[in-house]
Amino acid sequence: MEQLKNTGEGIVVSKLVNGIVIDHIKQGQGYKIFKQLGLDTLEDVVVLMRNVPSRKMGKKDLIKIETDMEVNLDVLGLIDPNATVTYVKDGKSVKKVRLTLPKRVDGILTCKNPRCITNQERIANVRFTLVDEESKEYACEYCEARTRL
Amino acid sequence: MLKGRNLIAPVDFSMEEIAGVLDTADRIIEDQAAFSQKCRGKVLASLFYEPSTRTKFSFDTAMLRLGGEVIGFSDPMTSSTAKGETVADSAKTVSQYADIIVVRHPKEGTARLMGRYADCPVINAGDGGHMHPTQTLTDLLTIRHEMGTLDGLTVGVCGDLMFGRTIHSLVTCLCRCEGIHFVFISPKELRMPEYVKHAVRESGHQWEETTDLEGVIPKLDILYMSRVQRERFVSEEEYLRLKDYFILTPEKMALAKEKMIVMHPLPRVNEIATAVDDDPRAAYFRQVKFGMYVRMALIMALLGVE
Repeated sequence: MEQLKNTGEGIVVSKLVNGIVIDHIKQGQGYKIFKQLGLDTLEDVVVLMRNVPSRKMGKKDLIKIETDMEVNLDVLGLIDPNATVTYVKDGKSVKKVRLTLPKRVDGILTCKNPRCITNQERIANVRFTLVDEESKEYACEYCEARTRL
Repeated sequence: MLKGRNLIAPVDFSMEEIAGVLDTADRIIEDQAAFSQKCRGKVLASLFYEPSTRTKFSFDTAMLRLGGEVIGFSDPMTSSTAKGETVADSAKTVSQYADIIVVRHPKEGTARLMGRYADCPVINAGDGGHMHPTQTLTDLLTIRHEMGTLDGLTVGVCGDLMFGRTIHSLVTCLCRCEGIHFVFISPKELRMPEYVKHAVRESGHQWEETTDLEGVIPKLDILYMSRVQRERFVSEEEYLRLKDYFILTPEKMALAKEKMIVMHPLPRVNEIATAVDDDPRAAYFRQVKFGMYVRMALIMALLGVE
């Protein structure tokens, strides 16, 4: 179980035993990831830390989840491809995952084109394909309009 | 092999497949009577969720001239849509009756959606501002039939190049041909979008941009005129300022090559003076007929009729 303490030098979160650490999140993106992963509905212990001092990043956000749940990396890669994901078991790091922008995502993005049929009818798992890595733009499979998260 | 396929966007077909459709259209032009029973017993469902008399007539006539039958609507309020049926369900249902579906819809991506759910081929007859691939086939047949080739031409496109989806589609399709020189003629406010220029650059063809129609008309093999569309403008004032920016007149035609042809997707407003209609180089009404022939050829190809 995670425990939060204020030691006088800042808030310290005790070590995770079993779960997932999402680290190196760009400052300000933590809450977005928290919402997109649906962590607000999770019954397990979840800690979202914002504006954590970081040598490399200046400040960063950080999420720790004490859970066995699967993390949808597609969403993470879309919001912050530079974040790192570490799976922890029995207090030890067992797997590190590097995120990249997914080439395609199904059922996560919604088309920003108001004239697209997907905004009129409920269509399951609309597919978006990465068309510009730099601007993080994805094309809707139906209207081909470019959109981002 | 196009049998059973959909045509939603021009890129759905390779240039070889497009050439095959154009070849069939040429055979139809040569001997229309030989094709009059090719689709006997076949039914085309013509689903027009927004009005488009010209395109609907073209498809309906194409099927009738192949000996087939046509069902459908041109007012969605008379269809199950009025009862709240989804496009996906409509596609599934209609394809139980018909052998091929033609759909026009104001929402972009609808034809692709129908193609996913229908149990028969689907042809996109225009989905909002997105695609209208049979107009592109019409344009290609017109050029090939009138000029004898799709390669090595100097093609001027003139008017609203920013919002003209017909022109974007034609230019990107011609990029798949050899040795095309594009001339983009438009007011500064309605220039060709960057993505089309990018496609031309990537394909290795040449292009130039100008506001001077008279200056470039002597070198053109094709002059494709387009209408400035009122619905694209927020300001009525801006529309009125730009709508008559280019008007093709007999005086300007006098500067053009003897073999140049003038095309237009129609309807026109003021951009081509009616005095040009009698010029043998005015190909826009012939273009309408080519549209019907190419749709006949397309229906045959998707139904697998030899």
